[in-house]
Amino acid sequence: MESGAARIKPADRPIFERSAAARRADPLFRAGLTVLAGLVLVLLAFFFVFLIVKARPALAHQGVFSFVFSNDWNPSKDVFGAWPLLAGTLITSATALVIGVPVAVATALYITELSPARLRQPLTILVELLAAVPSVVYGLWGVFVLIPKLRGTESNVADSLSFLPFVGGNVAGPNYFIAGLLLAIMILPIVSAISREVISTVPAEHKEAALALGATRWEMIRIAVLPYSRSGITGAALLGLGRAVGETIAVVLVIGNSTVVGKQIFDQGYSLAAVIANEFGEAANDPLHAGALIAAGLVLFILTLGINGLARGLVVRAERRQGTRLPPPTETAAALVTPEERPA
Amino acid sequence: MNTTAAQLLAPTSGRRRTTDRVMRAVLALGTVVALIPLVLVIYYLFSRGLKGMSSTFFTSDPTGNFLGDPGGVKSAILGTLEIVALASAIAIPVGIGVALYLVEFGKKTLFAHVVRYFIDVMTGVPSIVFGLFIYVTLVTSKIGGSFTGWKGSLALALLMLPVVTRSAEVVLDLVPESLREAALALGVPRWKVTLKIVLPTALPGLITGSLLAVARGMGETAPLLFTSATVMGTTYNLGERMNSLPVQIFNDISQPNDAIVNRAWASALTLVLIILTITLIARVAARRSRVA
Repeated sequence: MESGAARIKPADRPIFERSAAARRADPLFRAGLTVLAGLVLVLLAFFFVFLIVKARPALAHQGVFSFVFSNDWNPSKDVFGAWPLLAGTLITSATALVIGVPVAVATALYITELSPARLRQPLTILVELLAAVPSVVYGLWGVFVLIPKLRGTESNVADSLSFLPFVGGNVAGPNYFIAGLLLAIMILPIVSAISREVISTVPAEHKEAALALGATRWEMIRIAVLPYSRSGITGAALLGLGRAVGETIAVVLVIGNSTVVGKQIFDQGYSLAAVIANEFGEAANDPLHAGALIAAGLVLFILTLGINGLARGLVVRAERRQGTRLPPPTETAAALVTPEERPA
Repeated sequence: MNTTAAQLLAPTSGRRRTTDRVMRAVLALGTVVALIPLVLVIYYLFSRGLKGMSSTFFTSDPTGNFLGDPGGVKSAILGTLEIVALASAIAIPVGIGVALYLVEFGKKTLFAHVVRYFIDVMTGVPSIVFGLFIYVTLVTSKIGGSFTGWKGSLALALLMLPVVTRSAEVVLDLVPESLREAALALGVPRWKVTLKIVLPTALPGLITGSLLAVARGMGETAPLLFTSATVMGTTYNLGERMNSLPVQIFNDISQPNDAIVNRAWASALTLVLIILTITLIARVAARRSRVA
């Protein structure tokens, strides 16, 4: 439905011709909005360049490869090997995915396919409420509730499952697992919301065909719903991963902030985002240290860009089959429009 | 309902029925597990938060004393409101403007696609990186002082902008093309169609999206840590260091003093209640938009 009316120009209608001033208003309006949109791009590019410039001294001092992969973060000696931070980011995010994604997908499947119709809306809202809690509040809760209450259980698990890799040994109060668990809770609403969107695009015909062939509800989910939405759910999980990688405040409070890479999941560690939040104060007067932190931010930026680019591709592809556009990536999607309202 | 039909043809085997029942239970259990943290967080927020609400909690500033009375969080609450108000004043008009460009003019042009892509990119950028952006460009260069409230607002605005734009684009897309065509056919210039027809029609949806962005910005700590920083006293001057609830909570958590930790819980309760109120208003506005 392209607007045909847009072609009607004042010149076509000499009788009602507008004054010269009135005619100038439209291009001006259009130009103004275009500039605004362009400004966003310019701003992003500017920031990116600025970050690189500021990170340069530290990267030149340490070497890019060595910055990312050498296992020694010691700002007081001007040694900046960010591997312990990167490792912590990866370990906690992986833990978050392992715990959070199955729960989120189960929630999405239950809400869309199994729950009674009148529970659907309340359940959706409740899951989304998890996203309304600020990360600093999760951090507060993690420090004063999760860490003390889970310590005993963690010790038991560490003792009884010590045959597993990366499990066993002493349980530190703040550790990778606690951070991963908090992150799992924090990514749950977004993974669940997008999975729900994707699952709701599965054509009813597919599901009905499965049921008509005598499939049980679960078999219908397994043979009709999951294969159709697999790439979309993968995308949702990746978007969650992007969130987990960049999360700062909750992690900095419960990860222990130790620059030594932990040997097991209940050891203390550090993450890229956490180190920035923690050390920028002392780094303010030391360009090298500040540069290293900015470089850590740059690594974080590039990491999340890659993950989100991939995720978006997957989700868009999943949604395009239905002819719909990708909903806003935040929880706003569900609040604004139901899928059938979205124009094709 | 399908069982009766299925039984007529070939009875579903006991094993399949058991699998079905077990998997349904697993999915339901997953949903319950997802809601446990919500219940726990809310429970602890109220049980510990109410304890920390002293009579002067809302009316006094933090004293900075490590022993004795830690004071209230007046400066933090006011600071949060001021910082977020300025951030909204920047992010909402710009965000809706960009969305208007995308829907009304850009449509499927290459430039519009590029803008859309980078708006998506922005939603994925970690909030601390936005703080870092502002820190390296405005704070270290000491433009208008080092740490100031308005720099915190800018960092939050960067965070809120893509949320506003993405949600605004969705609702603007929903405005029926026939409305625009009718107005254009009557000889109304494009800018007037946009401002007087498209925007009012989409208004409830725009309000919802904007409010959700405000709620999101309100809870962010990381972008404020090294932009507006922290301070004890109340200030109404966005050109000075400014306290905010999230940063106040963050600082209070690591204090070895029960009174200060209680204040953190009470502040957290306050913050969550403010955010929930905004979210609730947003939902009410969203319900209106369905009618439109």
